[in-house]
Amino acid sequence: MKILILGAGQVGGTLAENLANEAFDITLVDNNATVLDELRDKLDIQTVHGSGSHPDVLRRAGADDADMLIAVTSSDEVNMVACQVCYSLFRTPTKIARIRSSSYLDREGFFSKEHMPIDVLINPEEVVTTNIRQLLEHPGALQVLDFADGRVQLVAVKAYYGGPLVGQELRFLRQHMPNVDTRVAAIYRRGRAMIPEGNTVIEADDEVFFIAAREHINAVMGELRRVERPFKRIMIAGGGNIGVRLAQAIEPFFSVKVVEYSKARCEELADTLHQSVVLNIDATDRERLLEENIEQCDAFCAVTNDDEVNIMSSLLAKRLGVRQVITLIGKPAYVDLVQGGDIDIAISPQQATTSSLLSYVRRADVAAVHSLRRGAAEAIEAIAHGDAKTSKVVGRAIGDIELPTGTTIGALVRGEQVLIAHDDVVIETDDHVIMFLVDKRQVTAVERMFQVGLTFF
Amino acid sequence: MHLPVILRVTGILLTLFSLVLLVPVLVALIYDEDTIQTFALAFAITLVSGLMLSLFQRGNRELRSGDGFLITALFYIGLGLFGAIPIYLAESIDANFTDAAFESLSGLTTTGATVLTGLDQLPKSILFYRQSLQWLGGMGIIVLAVAVLPMLGIGGMQLYRAESPGPVKDSKLTPRITETAKALWYLYLGLTVACAMGYWVAGMDLFDAICHSFSTVAIGGFSTHDASIGFFANPAIEGVAIVFMIFAGINFGLHFIVWHRRDPRLYWNDREVRLYLSMLAVVTLVVCWVLVSNPGSTQSPIRDGIFQAISVATTTGFTTSNFSLWPSVAPILLIFAAFSGGCAGSTAGGIKIIRVLLIGLQGMREIKRLIHPNGVFSIKLGAQRVPDRVIEAVWGFFSVYVLVFFTMVSLLMLISPLDFTTAFSAVAACLNNLGPGLGDVAVNYASLPAACKWLLILAMMLGRLEIFTLLVLLTPAFWRR
Repeated sequence: MKILILGAGQVGGTLAENLANEAFDITLVDNNATVLDELRDKLDIQTVHGSGSHPDVLRRAGADDADMLIAVTSSDEVNMVACQVCYSLFRTPTKIARIRSSSYLDREGFFSKEHMPIDVLINPEEVVTTNIRQLLEHPGALQVLDFADGRVQLVAVKAYYGGPLVGQELRFLRQHMPNVDTRVAAIYRRGRAMIPEGNTVIEADDEVFFIAAREHINAVMGELRRVERPFKRIMIAGGGNIGVRLAQAIEPFFSVKVVEYSKARCEELADTLHQSVVLNIDATDRERLLEENIEQCDAFCAVTNDDEVNIMSSLLAKRLGVRQVITLIGKPAYVDLVQGGDIDIAISPQQATTSSLLSYVRRADVAAVHSLRRGAAEAIEAIAHGDAKTSKVVGRAIGDIELPTGTTIGALVRGEQVLIAHDDVVIETDDHVIMFLVDKRQVTAVERMFQVGLTFF
Repeated sequence: MHLPVILRVTGILLTLFSLVLLVPVLVALIYDEDTIQTFALAFAITLVSGLMLSLFQRGNRELRSGDGFLITALFYIGLGLFGAIPIYLAESIDANFTDAAFESLSGLTTTGATVLTGLDQLPKSILFYRQSLQWLGGMGIIVLAVAVLPMLGIGGMQLYRAESPGPVKDSKLTPRITETAKALWYLYLGLTVACAMGYWVAGMDLFDAICHSFSTVAIGGFSTHDASIGFFANPAIEGVAIVFMIFAGINFGLHFIVWHRRDPRLYWNDREVRLYLSMLAVVTLVVCWVLVSNPGSTQSPIRDGIFQAISVATTTGFTTSNFSLWPSVAPILLIFAAFSGGCAGSTAGGIKIIRVLLIGLQGMREIKRLIHPNGVFSIKLGAQRVPDRVIEAVWGFFSVYVLVFFTMVSLLMLISPLDFTTAFSAVAACLNNLGPGLGDVAVNYASLPAACKWLLILAMMLGRLEIFTLLVLLTPAFWRR
């Protein structure tokens, strides 16, 4: 598959790297030659220097036979024009663009074939905001991922002493909670993945991934750790795009304080936010944070655009007594550094964006993909097509399906119904199958499983 | 400062105003009254003076921001004096010039304080003239001039700003100022017609209906009867008055937008209107409660309480019962309510609800700042930020308003042997363009000495032109620049 990426910024660069590693043909377009040269040396990609919206530049980049355009330049307008150009002049089948300004996004029906032909809109800030919001709604969760429009969620939690299930075999889960159906998809013990069996014993400090219907999530989490009281007071460090969106999204439900270093930006924030308290202080200023009762805060979200500030302020906040810190970290090297330390949750914006794009480059019919554990693992929601003759999955019980190693089926969504995967459940056509892949290299095998055989046509 | 231009514009406005004096002539003809000569003479004097000013002054320079203040102030003073002529000349009224000027300016500034008694016996043309003065003053005669005189187009914004009430004066409703002025006057006219119909259906005769609609939508308070609205003793009429007083106290810019978008929900979305309506509701409830718990002060406590609360709190000044005789908390509360008045951009007087709201929000902000020393808070109306500049201006306005008020009360007591209640309420009623006060001025201002009347005339003008337009003329810096 030939993919054209416009914009070699953080998102574009990471995307190019991720996709190039997956054997896609990537052409990267940017008007900064230095950045392009750097990336060309590092990655196996083609680069074209020029403005991403100009037809001649796009032609040089091979827009004529590209299968997909991903426009992620810093300008909404350039992204939109590039999609229009590709639609009108090159007939590119799939056009994905990053649109940040809510002014464009609020207008329904604008992004349609007749008006502004963009097939998929991505908004990294939105993705990160949603991520953090879900984490705040489930105190104690390390990761919350939506499938089937949020009806099913995959949640990662750390097991603690005191959780009723800790030290027990997994099959006791059923007896503990007869009314709640859930499936443990994977367990990470000291960084190594284990495929859970009925007799696997959950130990303290295990990182447990389980799948359940949204309304059951909190009940299952209560089995693995003490029940946490819901978050009430949230402090957000950094009033950039993510900080504002996050504050706007959560201010009706939580009491929010936004900490921002720049006075001018504070004024803007005070104008856009309605209930949140905007504080003009340095996120690493211990005295000022104490003045604002940081020790009373339930969660601290460091979302400035500076990794170092995020990490240091998070460490400080944790030390001052915040229950949970969530830290935005761009540099992959830093993610490894802080993982497992004082910082409870590290979120990578690039990974979030890549996740949201991966579902469009998969060969099978995939509704959602979430990249996990820094891209090593993956959770996939694939749609089963065909019948017992043409498909390797349809018409079979889950216990009879030969899954690639390290792959578990967590749940099925059939219409509105959520079915937790047990060995005797039979997959029907059009079921959404949610799978957990401990090893991402098995993606191709899984894709093949869900592709319909030739006899279908 | 370019005096010829300013005088020329003032002359043009005066010429325009002289046409207003022709309408009572028509009324006099209809009712066959002997006031035709009076009005014809007043018309001639005004017209000639206006033409003299406008024709003999040379200069075609554009108006500048300072000029607007001077023209507006000069025009209100001039109009007040020329408008007094028919009252002074009328044989049926035994008024000296002070009384005539008081009556005329009380009309133009929509105050509604009167020095005349025996209104019921006066010729209808005179009564009609008084009402039409209020009607012109309500939306602002300068706004009318901007609407109909194309030559004021360019400098019109300066004039419009000097006359229109409220803290934010640059808001045009349409790209062109003349169109904005026209839109406002059409709305005003529409509301007046609706009000007149309402009164007529409710049982007034046509003359009274038209006259009272003038003073209702202008939030003036003049009546054609000594007993004001109480004369009719008709709940339906009081209901119509209440509805239109409330309506006229809402920003006409908002009326325009609601009309334009055909969406009445916008009223409730506006924070100023919400506060305005809630304040009216609270004042009404308290007054009714006071009246009910003190039986004997009035015969129908609920009906009078509601009417009087709305009438005084919107600064209209219609009366159905002498509220100054009520248990003292009620009249004092009503006078205080009149201080906040109606919404900005309405025909009501007072400090304006929006300023009260902003002062309140600013107070809240100070409290929040004490709790969060490093917090950054902005004051917002809806989703829109209010610039700190506006907040400062509101505070400035408020402090000067209070200062002017206390100075005037003291001056009034200094130059005449008035008791405190009378002095206090007279200044409050005039500065807030309310009308009736308490004590000696509860019904009528006739008993005051002449010096007091002139002082109160000043108070009325300060109130109508929102103090700064007039006050800026009294600073040496204005003349020296």
